[in-house]
Amino acid sequence: MSIKAEKKKPAETAVKEKEQVAAKLIPIYIMGKRYEVPEGLTIMKAMEYAGYVLIRGCGCRGGTCGACGTVYRKPGDYKLQVALACQKTVEPDMYIAQIPFFPVNRALYDFSKLTAAPEEVFKLYPELFRCVACNSCTKACPQGIEVMDAISALKQGNIAEAARLSFDCIQCGLCTSRCFGELAQYHMFQLARRIYGAKIVPRAEHLTEMVKAVDEGRYDRFLEDLKQTKEDDLKKMYQEREVEPMAAGEDWKPKDTTYL
Amino acid sequence: MSLAYYPGCTLKTRARNLEEPAVASMEALGLKLDEIPRWNCCGAVYSLADDDLIHRVAPIRNLIRVKKQGKMELVTLCAFCLNTLKRANLLMKEDVEKRDTLNTFIDEGIAYSGEVKVVHLLEVLRDEIGWEALAQKVKFSLRELKVAPYYGCTLLRPREVAIDNVEAPSILREFLKAIGATPVDFAESTRCCGSYQIISNPDDISEYARDILNSALSHGAEALVLTCPLCDYNLGQGQKELMKKHNEFRELSLFYFTQLLALALGLDPQICHFELNYGNPESLLREKGLLS
Repeated sequence: MSIKAEKKKPAETAVKEKEQVAAKLIPIYIMGKRYEVPEGLTIMKAMEYAGYVLIRGCGCRGGTCGACGTVYRKPGDYKLQVALACQKTVEPDMYIAQIPFFPVNRALYDFSKLTAAPEEVFKLYPELFRCVACNSCTKACPQGIEVMDAISALKQGNIAEAARLSFDCIQCGLCTSRCFGELAQYHMFQLARRIYGAKIVPRAEHLTEMVKAVDEGRYDRFLEDLKQTKEDDLKKMYQEREVEPMAAGEDWKPKDTTYL
Repeated sequence: MSLAYYPGCTLKTRARNLEEPAVASMEALGLKLDEIPRWNCCGAVYSLADDDLIHRVAPIRNLIRVKKQGKMELVTLCAFCLNTLKRANLLMKEDVEKRDTLNTFIDEGIAYSGEVKVVHLLEVLRDEIGWEALAQKVKFSLRELKVAPYYGCTLLRPREVAIDNVEAPSILREFLKAIGATPVDFAESTRCCGSYQIISNPDDISEYARDILNSALSHGAEALVLTCPLCDYNLGQGQKELMKKHNEFRELSLFYFTQLLALALGLDPQICHFELNYGNPESLLREKGLLS
């Protein structure tokens, strides 16, 4: 339809036609019951369209909080599919169920007393060794994480590798819901990332030194000068400041080294 | 040249004293151990239940991934990993029905029927390098070190996966001779250390260890040489219990074969991690003038 033609029509008709265009309905099944919902909605919006009021199993609606883990199947395919309800758009004949929460025990620990030894994870989550490498966890991950490989890394005492592989984990718990060995994968990974961040990654010594220098007041004088500078002069200083070139090497230094 | 290498979980945690000297030694021998990416647990123990296919999944997934990486031979150091991988592989060669079930379930995108050959590092030393060639590479003969070869079960049983003659194995004896040590034969060299029975019956640990250690000692051994972290744990802890109970019990040093290999090749003893061994191997080596 051309814009010109649309303009000629009365406003009411145009709205009606627009609705008809947007409202192509497709059948989906929520917990086994058939609903017709507009094409293009996410699973979460489709559930709301169907009348569900979500007070759990929805959070950020942006694919990062992990609250809306969802499983579905399509007719003729035995494979179970997984998705985040807030991210995946509906497809015709999807059979959908949400698994927003899955019960699993989280170990309690005093983090300050933990070391980076592999045995810390073994002691807190001994069920780690119940893994039979069936790989169902990996297939259930909506983030595409190699979950089983990360579990293997933990068994091998490689906490850094487990932290690296599980970096995108949003703790939706779908892996745990599918686990033959009844492991608490996502809690183990969180422990691994905590240990990695706090006890394996080398501390940035220059940062410690810099914080100390700030605390000791090395920059107070410069800050005081800035506070006394007039707005126009500040703008000029900002515009004329020396910027580190994109391809600067490690040894790059500004011409004016007063503040170093 | 390099060999596809499967370490096993224990070698990355408790038994670094088995792995690190092996990796360094093989590099020195010009056959680098190239750790395969994306390996998982070997299955820990080969389940004897007839319908327990889920416990075949872990070893076979490893072998399928090795095949996918284009490798046809896989080297292991741990006798238990060897046993579990090799027996699962045998099943994939021989049982068509179970093979199909497993291939479908494992779902790695390729069909597998036991094509990867699983070997132990001792077999590589014997068959690919050869005892004579190995002997020529020895820089530091371990002469005067009297070592009893302890095979345990998993290198030799069952017969279908044995790396040597089941009744009268000689591979460790030949290995010890090649690196210049003095092998001490004893009847209990293939007796079980207690294996995983120790988990359900921890009090039996010294019972299993007693006959093995006593027999080796009575034949004049100063040390046992091992290939398996579970044998090491059971005999080492068992020995500690025996020493607590009997003041007169003499301590025997426990070595992994790879540690003796690295020493004989003149590599830095630091890589042997003797601090992880049972039975004070460092004081024995110093006494014999084999360690400064």
